[in-house]
Amino acid sequence: MKKLTLPISDDEIRALKVGEPVLLSGVMMTGRDAVHKWLNDRFIAKKVEPSEDDLAVYEAIKPILNGGIIYHCGPVVGGVETGDYKFIAAGPTTSIREEPYQADVMKLFNLKGVIGKGGMGPKTLQGCQDTPAVYFHAIGGAASLIAQRVEKVLGVHKLDFGVPEAMWVIQVKDFPVVVTMDSHGGSQHAIVEEESKAVLEDLLQK
Amino acid sequence: MQDLTKDILELVRRTSTDLPADVEKKLRESYAQEADGSAAQGALDTILQNVELARKNSTPICQDTGTPLFYVHYPEGMSTRKLKKMITDAVVEATKHNYLRPNSVNAITGKNTGNNSGDEHYPTIHFEEVDEDQPLTIDLMLKGGGCENVGIQYKLPNTNLGAGRDLAGVRKVVLDAVHQAQGKGCAPGVLGVAVGGDRGASYLASKETLLRQIGDENANPELDAMEKQITEEANGMGIGPMGFGGKTTVLDTKIKGLHRLPASYFVSVSYMCWAYRRRKMTVQNGEVIYE
Repeated sequence: MKKLTLPISDDEIRALKVGEPVLLSGVMMTGRDAVHKWLNDRFIAKKVEPSEDDLAVYEAIKPILNGGIIYHCGPVVGGVETGDYKFIAAGPTTSIREEPYQADVMKLFNLKGVIGKGGMGPKTLQGCQDTPAVYFHAIGGAASLIAQRVEKVLGVHKLDFGVPEAMWVIQVKDFPVVVTMDSHGGSQHAIVEEESKAVLEDLLQK
Repeated sequence: MQDLTKDILELVRRTSTDLPADVEKKLRESYAQEADGSAAQGALDTILQNVELARKNSTPICQDTGTPLFYVHYPEGMSTRKLKKMITDAVVEATKHNYLRPNSVNAITGKNTGNNSGDEHYPTIHFEEVDEDQPLTIDLMLKGGGCENVGIQYKLPNTNLGAGRDLAGVRKVVLDAVHQAQGKGCAPGVLGVAVGGDRGASYLASKETLLRQIGDENANPELDAMEKQITEEANGMGIGPMGFGGKTTVLDTKIKGLHRLPASYFVSVSYMCWAYRRRKMTVQNGEVIYE
């Protein structure tokens, strides 16, 4: 199976095609609903003036995300009270909720991919082609298994968003994913959606 | 009154970390049916490995430990206020043990309470009184947000889908719901369907049907046939595990009919992800038994 280490180059991304299983290693960051809205409101749409803390976090995550990956995940984390963090359960969350923001976030940081589940829509697919980047699909619900591939929690930003919504910086080893949207306009989700639609249309006639 | 907080904590632990046997069996059968080397089979393989690991390590099957839904049948005379206190305390305790993720967010302020304390609707507790000589039973279902988000309610007739106010119409909208969900609700899923009721009762009943066992028979032969037909037709759509494409999209379908107003005909579909976490405890004469 193909192995990739973060940060990932554009050439490595362009070489990935829909259907390809990959093992990812290196440093990545979790980010889901609150993070994408926070990024959008302060640094993309600029609806809200960033606070000093916002700016400090932004500067801290920039190098992690340049050539890096955001993992759509709200983990169960041990050691929150002591600061000796450990990921206990950490499967992917449904990605489509980030569809309004994802392409812009990819461009903002030069992201090379996001990991999630359920796939994303046309705006993100275009973002994958432009940046370039890919959508990596993890197995939804496989939380205990994926947590074992998280070797170390390196830090956390915006813990006040709550444990599931905070930005957890993690070091992973052989994190298993499948490319389901590539940087050439290919989307397994669009194919399955279309094929299943045809079957549904037939069933509705019966 | 007997303090059951620790026993309820154990119920939460079992529910979050140990997938019920009927669900696991069905997932194993599905694995065998998918093509060797397919993405669908790979997904089910990972799922089954994860189920074993979670059980062995007593860690959550899924990080989204969901909405805690308690269904309590209590003998006449037992205090529901005290039961409620034990349940809410056990949920907070379970969060400290990392059996549950802090999942309770104030919708207005956006603040996570950090310990799964909530309000009069969170955790959700349904009470039903039984005779004095009957045991206390507590069913717990943990329903994740991804699958809850793909739940949907239709009102019939639905012109776009050609669905009228009859079981044939119910079939059409349920199949549409499966198509709309694609892999987003963590397919393969289980469909809880309620027909009738007002909007609230209808959704409530659609979740209650999910307390049934996989592969059991509906007492109503007409509904039983419809359940089997919908499962088979939904699988024919080829959405597959995680929406990767494949033969396994729906593990089972459960339908319940309610009474309705002449004006209303609701069909509510609650989609349960493959991580179909539900457990039951029974308390009689001070003894606690887990199923």
